[in-house]
Amino acid sequence: MTTGRPLHLAAEIGGPPRYEPDHYLGLARLAEGGALDYVTLGDSFARPGPDALSVLARIAPVTDRIGLVPTVDTTHTEPFHVSSAVATLDWVSRGRAGWTADVSTTEAVARLFGRRTTAPAEALWREAGEAADAGARLWDSWEDDAEIRDTATGRFIDRKKVHHIDFEGEAFSVRGPAIVPRPPQGRPVTVIDGTTAPARAVAARHADVVHIRATSPEQAAAARADVHRLAAAHGRSARELRVLVALAVDLGDAETAPEPGLESGPPLAGHGTYFRGGPVDLAELISQWYRAGAADGFHLTPITPARDLERIVNGTVALLQHRSLFRTFHPGHTLREHLGLARPASRYALARTAGERR
Amino acid sequence: MHLAAHFPGVNSTTVWSDPRSGSQIDFASFEYLARTAERGKFDFFFLAEGLRLREYDGRVHDLDVVGRPESLTVLNALAAVTDRLGLAATVNATFNEPYELARRLATLDHLSGGRAAWNVVTSSDAFTGENFRRGGFLDRSDRYTRAAEFVSTARELWDSWTPDGMPRPVAHHGTHFDVSGEFTVPRSPQGHPVVIQAGDSDEGREFAASAADVIFTRHGTLEAGRAFWADVKGRLATYGRGPDDLKIMPGVTVVVADTDAEAQQYAAEIRRLQVSPQNAILTLEQVWGRDLSGYDPDGPFPDIDPEPDSGFAQGRVRVADPFAVAAKWRALSEEKGLSIRETVIESATRQSFVGSPETVAAGLTAFVDQKAADGFILVPHLTPGGLDDFVDRVVPLLQERGAFRSEYTGSTLRAHLGLAEPVWKG
Ligand SMILES: Cc1cc2nc3c(=O)[nH]c(=O)nc-3n(C[C@H](O)[C@H](O)[C@H](O)COP(=O)(O)O)c2cc1C
Repeated sequence: MTTGRPLHLAAEIGGPPRYEPDHYLGLARLAEGGALDYVTLGDSFARPGPDALSVLARIAPVTDRIGLVPTVDTTHTEPFHVSSAVATLDWVSRGRAGWTADVSTTEAVARLFGRRTTAPAEALWREAGEAADAGARLWDSWEDDAEIRDTATGRFIDRKKVHHIDFEGEAFSVRGPAIVPRPPQGRPVTVIDGTTAPARAVAARHADVVHIRATSPEQAAAARADVHRLAAAHGRSARELRVLVALAVDLGDAETAPEPGLESGPPLAGHGTYFRGGPVDLAELISQWYRAGAADGFHLTPITPARDLERIVNGTVALLQHRSLFRTFHPGHTLREHLGLARPASRYALARTAGERR
Repeated sequence: MHLAAHFPGVNSTTVWSDPRSGSQIDFASFEYLARTAERGKFDFFFLAEGLRLREYDGRVHDLDVVGRPESLTVLNALAAVTDRLGLAATVNATFNEPYELARRLATLDHLSGGRAAWNVVTSSDAFTGENFRRGGFLDRSDRYTRAAEFVSTARELWDSWTPDGMPRPVAHHGTHFDVSGEFTVPRSPQGHPVVIQAGDSDEGREFAASAADVIFTRHGTLEAGRAFWADVKGRLATYGRGPDDLKIMPGVTVVVADTDAEAQQYAAEIRRLQVSPQNAILTLEQVWGRDLSGYDPDGPFPDIDPEPDSGFAQGRVRVADPFAVAAKWRALSEEKGLSIRETVIESATRQSFVGSPETVAAGLTAFVDQKAADGFILVPHLTPGGLDDFVDRVVPLLQERGAFRSEYTGSTLRAHLGLAEPVWKG
């Protein structure tokens, strides 16, 4: 049985630290050639490597369709700055931006800022949820048609359509409105790794795409159902969410994998279950799990990006396309379109027009 | 002579009502203006910053251009479509943290091959602070001590990797910051991104003399420029720096046409477009600090007094002495029989260089020859085509005079500005 939905595929392009943009551009173009939904670039303030959002902004004008999803720390950043930067990534990529909201739990990162000590994961994830919430409100704070350029009245914007958000959270408050006008996608795509319970709770409420981990289709289906159940509690339907299984993949020398398949102990912390085998084996696994309705798709982290991503695209993806399980081109332009997610209306526009109708 | 391009955005110089005025937010506008500046062999492309939309009377300002993208993200994208042009971002030192910002700036320097610059601004108040965790929390002198410590902390981070690529731990324990650990980015192509300062107080000038590579000023007349130059360059010796170590670049506007007379006429048209009837009243309200919407822009001045510190206008540089400004404008209006709008046009809009290409080129050159500036940050009034005339008609004349480069000779912004790479302080 299939889910009746198109398969979604994404890939991580981070690896050992590199500082030349062409390295990342090459990988993103490879993924774009395979019609993948998006590439992610992981980040942490304490891990050698450049700022991920900057890297994806750097390659945005020289890529065309691929979604661009950097990891952003919500623990040591200002939600107002983060929302502006992600909205701007959406502008410079013409609607292809997302962000993976993450927290930092280590003292090592806290000491780089010297502003606060760490807190329990629950508290940090609640704060991340507030950052996602405030960010979404800021993205809504300009209605789509706020810019009017009305020379007769001398008004550049219609200020009835630009709103203070007056966000008051536990961790911070933001008055708004955004300085960046509403981005092309309305709201850039929010991705959260929902492996741990506190992260999953926040993901179910605020994320558009949730990454989960599983070692069997049954486990994946259960995790997906769990995400849907949690989302429903916030009045969200399964249609508004995509759940992707995270797999770290090693498509290296197939001889080292006499028994292709999943390994229980994930050697790459944070990147999901570990798959080892050849590109065809990976295509088999994806086909089976997808047909079993276990997930909406997969987020693949090649353990050696330059080698494995090429094998994923030219081997695994090509085979899935040949079997008509995966599209051969991007039918739309924006990341939301790739994911089949509707462009949300501004909540303030809805409230205002509802008020006017009353 | 050094030249930079200011992206026309949220300021009263920008004329959005002109039919040629395009989007101030679409990336295509940024790309167009940056490519134009690079075609003109400019030193750098400059983005201003504002962290809260301007308001008056508790409502979002709606008359000038409102809204802009986040600077560093735009500049990283521009690095992909330009080769040599410097990329300068204004970023507030009050509402950011050194580790994060130093990392983003070092990243831009790597991703652009050594073209990054940071305009360190400090302006902040409780109004802007309402968007941030800290709120508004520092008075002016503390803002500059924080900015100075911010820049020195960033430099410690930028210097923390050895030139042969080994990270070494940083431990900064200061008044404002307590940063320790390892930076994640190796020393960048420029060593340190270029540091720009904009701000005119004594504290601001001292901070620039101690720490900046470039000053962005508003001193647009020859006399004011010469005085500013002498003052600021005179402060450098205290810090063991020479006059060439700090470049002074006023923000200026340019209006060119075939003849001087045509340019003057065009300039007058631009001023009328900049000061719409509604904008004339708003400009007055910002000085008066009160609602003057009942007054006729084509009529006489209000005979009521300003109410300073009323909080009527927020998010703008404050008028130092509203009573003096009000008295001056009233006198001007009476003396020349000018309406409110005419008075604002006459006194509040200033165009720096107006004339034929020859006149403008001569004017710019005179400023540099007479030590009033090392170069200019051009503030066009149109997005994104506002530099076309300058680049096509004035730059070639500057090149003929030998006043401006005909080709880039280096690949980094420091090379364009003739600034040495900072010595590595390991
Ligand atoms: C030419 C110029 C440009 C400026 N641009 C900005 C800007 O883009 N964003 C900002 O927040 N402040 C800007 N400022 C404000 C200054 O950074 C500074 O905070 C303000 O002038 C007060 O400092 P002061 O008392 O030293 O003048 C600018 C100032 C000048 C003179």
